Amino acid sequence: MRIPCPHCGERDSREFEYLGSAKLLARPVTGAAEFHDYIHIRENPAGPNAELWQHIFGCRAWLHVVRDTVTHEVQTVTLAREKAGVNP
Amino acid sequence: MSRLANGGLIDRDISRPFTFDGQAYTAHPGDTLASALLAQDVRLMGRSFKYHRPRGVLTAGSEEPNALMEIGVGAARTPNTRATTQEVYAGLVAQSQNCFPSLKTDFLAVNDLLAPFLGAGFYYKTFMWPKAFWEKLYEPIIRRAAGLGRLSGEPDQTLYQKAHAHCDLLVIGAGPAGLMAASVAAKGGAKVILADEDFILGGRLNSEDCEINGQSGQSWAAKAVAELKDMPNVTVMARTTITGAYDGGTYGALERVADHIAQPNGAPTQIFWRIVTKRAILASGAHERPIAFPNNDRPGIMLASALRTYVTRFGVTPGHRIAVFTNNDDGWRTVRDLQAAGVSVIALIDTRPEVTPDVDCPVYTGAKVVNTAGRRGVERLSLRKANGALQQVNADCLAVSGGWNPALHLSSHMGGRPEWRANIAAFVPKPGAIPNLVAVGAANGAFSTHAALSDGMIAAKSVLKDLGLKQVRPKLPLAEDAPIQITPFWHVSGEKGRAWLDFQNDVTVKDIKTAHAENFRSVEHMKRYTTLGMATDQGKLSNMGALAIMAELTGQSIPKVGTTIFRPPYTPVHMGALGAGGAGKGFQPERFPPAHDFMAEKTPHMIEAGLWYRPAYYPQNPAHHWRDSCDREVNMVRSSVGVCDVTTLGKIDVQGADAAEFLDRVYTNMISTLKPGRVRYALMLREDGFVLDDGTVARLVADHFVITTTTGAAGAVLSHLEFCAQCLWAELDVQIISVTEQWAQYAVAGPQSRALLADLLDTDISDAAIPYMGWMDITLGGIKGRLFRISFSGELAYEIALPARFGDALMRELDARAKAMGGGLYGLEALNVLRIEKGFLTHAEMDGRVVAADLGMSGMLSGKKDFIGKIASQRAGLIDPMREQLVGIRPIGVVRQLLGGSIMVDVGADATRENVQGYISSACYSPTLGGMIAMAFVKGGRTRIGAQIRAVDLVRDLDTLCEIVPVQFHDPEGGKLRG
Repeated sequence: MRIPCPHCGERDSREFEYLGSAKLLARPVTGAAEFHDYIHIRENPAGPNAELWQHIFGCRAWLHVVRDTVTHEVQTVTLAREKAGVNP
Repeated sequence: MSRLANGGLIDRDISRPFTFDGQAYTAHPGDTLASALLAQDVRLMGRSFKYHRPRGVLTAGSEEPNALMEIGVGAARTPNTRATTQEVYAGLVAQSQNCFPSLKTDFLAVNDLLAPFLGAGFYYKTFMWPKAFWEKLYEPIIRRAAGLGRLSGEPDQTLYQKAHAHCDLLVIGAGPAGLMAASVAAKGGAKVILADEDFILGGRLNSEDCEINGQSGQSWAAKAVAELKDMPNVTVMARTTITGAYDGGTYGALERVADHIAQPNGAPTQIFWRIVTKRAILASGAHERPIAFPNNDRPGIMLASALRTYVTRFGVTPGHRIAVFTNNDDGWRTVRDLQAAGVSVIALIDTRPEVTPDVDCPVYTGAKVVNTAGRRGVERLSLRKANGALQQVNADCLAVSGGWNPALHLSSHMGGRPEWRANIAAFVPKPGAIPNLVAVGAANGAFSTHAALSDGMIAAKSVLKDLGLKQVRPKLPLAEDAPIQITPFWHVSGEKGRAWLDFQNDVTVKDIKTAHAENFRSVEHMKRYTTLGMATDQGKLSNMGALAIMAELTGQSIPKVGTTIFRPPYTPVHMGALGAGGAGKGFQPERFPPAHDFMAEKTPHMIEAGLWYRPAYYPQNPAHHWRDSCDREVNMVRSSVGVCDVTTLGKIDVQGADAAEFLDRVYTNMISTLKPGRVRYALMLREDGFVLDDGTVARLVADHFVITTTTGAAGAVLSHLEFCAQCLWAELDVQIISVTEQWAQYAVAGPQSRALLADLLDTDISDAAIPYMGWMDITLGGIKGRLFRISFSGELAYEIALPARFGDALMRELDARAKAMGGGLYGLEALNVLRIEKGFLTHAEMDGRVVAADLGMSGMLSGKKDFIGKIASQRAGLIDPMREQLVGIRPIGVVRQLLGGSIMVDVGADATRENVQGYISSACYSPTLGGMIAMAFVKGGRTRIGAQIRAVDLVRDLDTLCEIVPVQFHDPEGGKLRG
């Protein structure tokens, strides 16, 4: 799999570390139920999925990646910094 | 001798000696092991997997199921090597495999007589009883009897490498279609990689008696390859198999750099490539398929295309009285090509009754081969003629042609199911199955040379257009364009005897019938029940025949029955090649701190901490037990002064106007109130409320901090902080970078530490100048550094930091000064004892399952601010007072040992799962207290101080009565470290 890093260009997926759903960008302000949902509840779509990857062997930027879980096609890559706090 | 007088792409002037099963033979450059053996009349090359039937070569390529051999000696011995692809170098040693005592006399050939009991699924039926016998008796016997080559059992010393390549177009296969495609794309300026598994490029052009533009196929191919090699934008990779197609235009490729060379002289034997390409053209050709008939597996029976290859490319004839058995016009061509090369053909047997073959030899139409005979090789055939009569033919070689299957394997690697094309009775690649890959020529079912050239040209032009490169107008070379004439004929039915489908796994037509009768009818069930297609050749030759027979049995069409799909790799790849660079230290590289050499001079005993190596202890006498050294080092720190390398702890530099605010949010306790010049112990949680790590935070100036992490969690904490800064609070002005490798840092601990450092630094480091949990800038020999007053031992202690390049000199100086004061170096064992005596934490306690309350650190959870993990840490299950809480443990009476991992059980209770009250996380002998001590997690532990409990280790048979005590054993008031 190849991921085009906005800083470094297209790189092999082994340069990146996967964290999980981009839902983690939208940290709740408060509320046990909200945090329960934020920490544990995930969609498992067969298709486009917004995810967080970090370019650990490159610029170390956290990336918001929309990847099709069926085809592994990477559809969009954005710096997570630009989406911080945004619920995908 | 079966070497023909003329012809072949071999160098007859050079002969290279080699051995096969101890016998000496010779080969010419250009020969494969198989062609050289055939030239010297060796037909028997292997024994089959299950029945140990004698086998000879069936093919002339990488799809070979029979002629598998062990190549090389000692650790370098490689099993299951295809004799049909192995080039011969001088001194090559080849051995037959899966036979005992010899290839000619194999005792396990008795299995062939037992065949009625060894059919599909035999072990599910035959070895059911008694149950216990399966593991101890039946399976070991079956495992020994079955199988292919032997591994050497020694470490693989072969040099493998890995490499990456990038291109615009990857052309897979260098036959007419691939050469044409590469040439057109290259002329348009595309960056092209042309890869082929063979050592001479040209594909079937080298094996056929054919013409392109009036030249022989062989010379057209050689010229095309030479032209490509001269172009700067083309990389021609011979001996390179594209093994798999992966996401994002990535292809795996195995280049056999030196498998054909006697003395590689330092060259890697194989290189595993990852090729990333914008477009790919699959020009992998086709595999001819056999026809199943009784006893079709004798040496001397081979595919017609293979026979043509041996005659045309290698100048070898595997027989002198050849018969050809076919269901298509390709068989006729075989007869003509053989006769042109001067080989005698004694029969053409065509299954089609209505055809009139245009050949000059005895012809039997509407006939079929119904049996073969001969010891260790075919000597006679029985035919059933169109009128039903039997006839004997004394052929010593039989060429079989059952039609062609496109070599579409790569197109399935991402899950694409091949599609049926009726006019060629074969599956072809599903268009789009691999993004940006297109199949051309025979790989796409277009079998004529003209179609291959034309397909290749069209595909390459389309690539040039797609990529916005120069359009070229190539002229299509002239070549034959014979239409396909085939009447599918898969197997000879209604005759006696076993007919082989999968030669490598010994699966017969009867096995498919058994699978059908027992209702394993879906192709996936049939495959697994019979093991058809599950050998190292992945059923390249056998799948189609089996599908056709299953279709016949179920009354369905072949496309309705469907096909299993192929997975990477296309041909077997050594694990060593896939893991190139990842063996030994490549798997786990070593990290050494700046003073490593100095410490290694003092002790050979290192402990791995992540990738770091840290001294465990410093023995004064090699005969001493490690505990002698450890106790001495602990006493030294408690009484005078010790020096320990703490460089490996993570050090992270945090800067920015909002750095304090940021640290408030990631640590549980308040950081923003910390004054410049001061240090604070701090705790970090995961968002789910569990403890992530602990460490110290030093505020250098208002907007500049240095934080420390534990050695093991340094990477995870850095990523976590970057996540928080970039994903959660991008609005904060904060910059984070690891400075672990920039600073060498040493703990100087013990009552004499102040005296040592004051003298070294020639500076006032009194309690007033640098109080406990303070830090200051220092200068040592003109070098700027930092001094922290922090303690992981409970003694008066400092950590001194200088830029990494001065670390070695600094540690030597510290050691010398400590020695002069009656102290010295201490290692990780002593460090661990010192911290257990003080009740300080490591990741033995912070194991990812504990919350702050378990550690007695609820007080560090600030109520005045939000922080990562705050909300989740207050969940009911995490604040339950009966959770396992950290306490100290001391044994009552005389004990042998107290060990980490022991379970805690109440006095009088059985040591069973439901009675477990907790566990010991860290234990040691404390020279300071003169006995064993431990840190343990015990249910409701802090309310049970003073109570008795047992530490039980069922593995090492320990059961120790203990008392629960507070976790600070030594100097609980902390007077010493504040001193």
